[in-house]
Amino acid sequence: MRAIFIIAKRETRAFFDSLVAYILLAAFLGLSGFFTWIFGADVFYVGEASLNQFFAVAYWTVFFFVPALTMRSFAEERRSGTLELLLANPVNDWQIALGKFLSVLGLLAVAFALTLPYYVSVAALGPIDHGAVWSGYFGLLALSAAYIGLGLFASALTENQIVAFLLALFSGVLFFVLFDAVAASSTGALAETLTFLSLSARYDAIARGVVDSRDVLYLLSISFLGIFLAVAVLQKRNIVD
Amino acid sequence: MSIHVSNLVKNYDSRRAVDDVSFEVKRGEILGFLGPNGAGKTTTMKILACSMAPDSGEASVAGFSILHNPELVKASVGYLPESAPLYLDMYAIEYLEFAAALQGVPKEKIDGRVREMVRVCGLDDEKHKRIDELSKGYRQRVGLAQAMIHDPDVLILDEPTTGLDPNQIVEIRRLIRELGKRKTVILSTHILSEAEATCDRVVIIDKGKIVADGTAEELRRKSRAVETARVRVEDFGDEREAIDAVRALDEVADLRQAADEPGVWIVESREGAAHRKAIYNICVERGWTLLELTPLETGLEDVFRELTTTAD
Repeated sequence: MRAIFIIAKRETRAFFDSLVAYILLAAFLGLSGFFTWIFGADVFYVGEASLNQFFAVAYWTVFFFVPALTMRSFAEERRSGTLELLLANPVNDWQIALGKFLSVLGLLAVAFALTLPYYVSVAALGPIDHGAVWSGYFGLLALSAAYIGLGLFASALTENQIVAFLLALFSGVLFFVLFDAVAASSTGALAETLTFLSLSARYDAIARGVVDSRDVLYLLSISFLGIFLAVAVLQKRNIVD
Repeated sequence: MSIHVSNLVKNYDSRRAVDDVSFEVKRGEILGFLGPNGAGKTTTMKILACSMAPDSGEASVAGFSILHNPELVKASVGYLPESAPLYLDMYAIEYLEFAAALQGVPKEKIDGRVREMVRVCGLDDEKHKRIDELSKGYRQRVGLAQAMIHDPDVLILDEPTTGLDPNQIVEIRRLIRELGKRKTVILSTHILSEAEATCDRVVIIDKGKIVADGTAEELRRKSRAVETARVRVEDFGDEREAIDAVRALDEVADLRQAADEPGVWIVESREGAAHRKAIYNICVERGWTLLELTPLETGLEDVFRELTTTAD
């Protein structure tokens, strides 16, 4: 447990030292603020006190930002050889993967927490569904966890950060967009399966305030699967390398 | 026995990188792992540091099996991979603190250990710099410092002196010898003089196989296939004629005139031939006065070249 936190701490520090963290926070607040308050179907246009628009924007921001955050996790360490030195310490692959997972999730949690003033402001404007807001934040975290898992797996597969980024983005497109699109145009069992697999459907439900344990479980198992596969790739060095 | 390696095998695709390697290292011994580039040194060291698993074979380090107790092995080994891959975006001292924490050094002792390593590795002036600002030599020292931060019994150092300037090389060697008094050290190198200067014992590896194992002295003695002797003669008449006569001997492969002194020759024997007797005999036969016949030591370079350039 201690090792996980030591690694998470180092990763987090690296995010802040390299300005990645600041850019992420500024861009996230800028984008979500712009679309929530100023542009398009914003809070004033909709005319009801809800954060639905914010959650819709956050959904897409996470979609692009997580791959950018996870792409270097393993790819960079493998390329520069630091992974070897890291693994020469009495830590196992799980601790390393979980440490990296926590640091990204922690950074996103900070970004989300910084949008709490939106919530306070909207709540001051009119009657807001408090439950829906909290479940929306919870859904955002669960969605991020799922996406970070996929991103870590993508990063473990390659030494090239760009490849890792694109792989993570593509798996996102698969889960977020493609499954939905195909499900919409097909019927019967196929449509049901694809809707079941679609991450966006899960997230939408949670963001509306409907917390179904199956949806949560699904997002978390995607997250676990990603970490599990990343660890499996790391351990593969013991067999072939 | 601090390190015990038996029948290690590791393949990369179809190429056999480590082929049935077995050796032992005693406690407090500095072992030089010597071989041309691509001989399997790094692979063997990676296996011993548990950052790679062997295809077959077993090794125990500090009493723990690398297959069954890798975590315990890792805790008792300090490892410096080739070219010291460090996190370039960290400060030297911050990195050492991270390494100490990860190695399980208790929180209250981390400061002390880091300070100690900074002192031992001569990092005092550089400790507040970012690692990417450090020169190769200082990065290597930070690498050494992180390897020793938890005071391990065994140090595995992969080419610890590559890329250093001569002064730094001397210093790192001194440091390693100093450490070797209390710890077991394996270091790899492809520079012979380094192995000779630093190590108690040398293992020469080539194409994944161990081709020699012993002290530098033993190796030199064992495989002196080509003997070189310094010969000083007088009363030989015409020198050119005399040289030709010696060159014509079956046992002699080559003769060089030493410096500008007439009658002083460096004579090299053919492989496996003892040429000193033949030289003595020709002197007697021709009535030359033999003043000196000194066997010159075969350098470790020759042993190395001989062992690693066999057939094919």
